Amino acid sequence: MRYDRQIKLDEVGVSGQEKLRNASVLIVGVGGLGCPAAQYLVGAGIGRLGLIDHDRVSLSNLHRQLLFTEKDLGKSKAVVAKSRLQQINSEVEIDVFEEPLSIDNAENLFQLYDIILDGTDNFETKYLINDACILIEKPWVYASIYKNEGQLSVFNFQDGPSYRCLFPKTTRQNISCEATGVLGVTPGILGTMQAAEVLKMILGAGNVLSGKLKLVNVLSGQDQLLTISKRVEEIEKIKNEGIIPVRIECKISDESKLYLDIREIFEQPRVNSGKVLQIPLSELEDRLEEIPKQEEVLVFCQSGKRSKKVVDLLKAQFEFNNLINVEGGVETIIDG
Amino acid sequence: MKVTVKYFGMIAESAGRTEEVLDVVSGTSAIELKDQQVQKYQIQDPESIQLAVNQNLDNKVELNEGDEVAFLPPFAGG
Repeated sequence: MRYDRQIKLDEVGVSGQEKLRNASVLIVGVGGLGCPAAQYLVGAGIGRLGLIDHDRVSLSNLHRQLLFTEKDLGKSKAVVAKSRLQQINSEVEIDVFEEPLSIDNAENLFQLYDIILDGTDNFETKYLINDACILIEKPWVYASIYKNEGQLSVFNFQDGPSYRCLFPKTTRQNISCEATGVLGVTPGILGTMQAAEVLKMILGAGNVLSGKLKLVNVLSGQDQLLTISKRVEEIEKIKNEGIIPVRIECKISDESKLYLDIREIFEQPRVNSGKVLQIPLSELEDRLEEIPKQEEVLVFCQSGKRSKKVVDLLKAQFEFNNLINVEGGVETIIDG
Repeated sequence: MKVTVKYFGMIAESAGRTEEVLDVVSGTSAIELKDQQVQKYQIQDPESIQLAVNQNLDNKVELNEGDEVAFLPPFAGG
């Protein structure tokens, strides 16, 4: 039978399998971390899985997000992931949310699940998950990646520490895997470890990484396990004030120039000074008349790749000859 | 006295190394060591960096001979 190999383990057994079947997990972000986590949780027979992601599959996702194939390019990640996961295990109930996680939907959505798994790639959403989990008293499994390194922990589990206990102050340096580069295996390993933490919590087996921060270095092979202390004041602040939005802002270095920011509104850091038109790529087609044609406009995105496409396209199809791409993206035009 | 310092994430890039053994003045606190290294390597956003002394993320301590101090930046890739 399907679960025979894990039921044989003392930690699982028939009763453990029943616990898995009765459990529900929400995966926030079906990317490098979310894909492997979802695959293993569905394989293990979790009763109900939620997938929230507003993004679409792109070619550069395929080296690490192995739920997706070349046929899926341009399609909704959450929708494609659901159909692939149902092929692995049709017994699992899968809910799909094709929207960004926000301050408006986080608490209501999290109420529907036992455990939240963080597959996101930005600080804003990690703090949002943290705060919402504190308010509705749910545990969440955290992972983050920088190049060949990963961090892993379980927060807000059985009165344990939260993400704000680990990092009370955030940084402006939100560097994504797209920007730094990453081996596909690195989020694969971390996402799989996140799934393991979920299974341990549901089964009541082993040592859950609550109050611990696991550091993984895929290249050096050296891992570390650190102890996180609880900062009661950080948790009480959220309980008293509610979700505290993290917004990473910065200033443009040269305020005399006119810029066009084509990043989506959730992309960080936000530029809050100088002359910057903010028209997200998803709205660009409908808002072309807002872009002047007479003066020089510097177009930027996170890395310089999307903005280059936009500059080329607007020139070729809409006669914009005044656009210049900012190579290297937003980090090259803001004050460090 | 000698302490071992480990650098993670982008801090390792600023420092140009992942680990080093430093000779520090007896009585140096973890926070003082952090300030020194931040200056030395021009480490960005020092306020966001957390220290772990002997695998414990509690940086309000005085250092002792042989201690291991890890410099951890927040990062958010996925």
